[in-house]
Amino acid sequence: MKINQQTTENTLTLSLDGELDASSSVLLDSELTKPEVLDYKKVLIDCQRLNYISSAGLGVFISHLQRFQDAGVKLVFFNMQEKVHNVFEILGLDALMTIVPSEADATAL
Amino acid sequence: MKNAIRISCSRHNLKVVRDFVSAYLATYGLSDLQLNQIILAVDEVVANLIIHANHEDESQFLDLRLSVEQQVFEIEIQDDSKSSYQPSLYKEPDLQEHIRIGKKGGVGMTLVNRIMDRVEFVTIGSHNVCRLYKRIV
Repeated sequence: MKINQQTTENTLTLSLDGELDASSSVLLDSELTKPEVLDYKKVLIDCQRLNYISSAGLGVFISHLQRFQDAGVKLVFFNMQEKVHNVFEILGLDALMTIVPSEADATAL
Repeated sequence: MKNAIRISCSRHNLKVVRDFVSAYLATYGLSDLQLNQIILAVDEVVANLIIHANHEDESQFLDLRLSVEQQVFEIEIQDDSKSSYQPSLYKEPDLQEHIRIGKKGGVGMTLVNRIMDRVEFVTIGSHNVCRLYKRIV
């Protein structure tokens, strides 16, 4: 798993590349735990190269969502592959998290 | 195609297990979605056994065996950990509550139960066996 970062004044975009499992999710967790993440208005998760997610990866997002909401930071997923989206659907997380088709949609929110 | 594998209890071996299941099922023509679901269910159980049952003790091992008979995929996972999973204690998670309290874990077995057709855990002495079944189309 590689995580690439891009920032603008208001937006932090994390591009996930690889497989997010019980081993690699530790890396993502440490990125999202950094206090400066809450300085942005939006955190966008680019999932184009995210080939796999397990409950450990989902758990990282679940565990940070309220903290983000409390700080007024929107968490938005985009470019999600169908098989990855399906995992969110199996749990019903697609109804609790913001998932949009494209970066343009994410930026427009 | 290799249908059995032994791994040590390190979470770095989760990728090894996923690749093993993927390679075994490659000839069965599954959709991307179904293949990913089966790999995910196996990954969840193996991760639980490595992390919670065996505390990532790399001197401990899991034995996995795969088969497909009459279009039913079966995986049997064996270990000798002292703490065996008790399916009777399973509770459906309240995801909104998980979000509210920032809970990181606790949804893996929900994925397994929703994906697989049958999930069995048995303990014989100190020997634990988990079997997962899924009809493949």
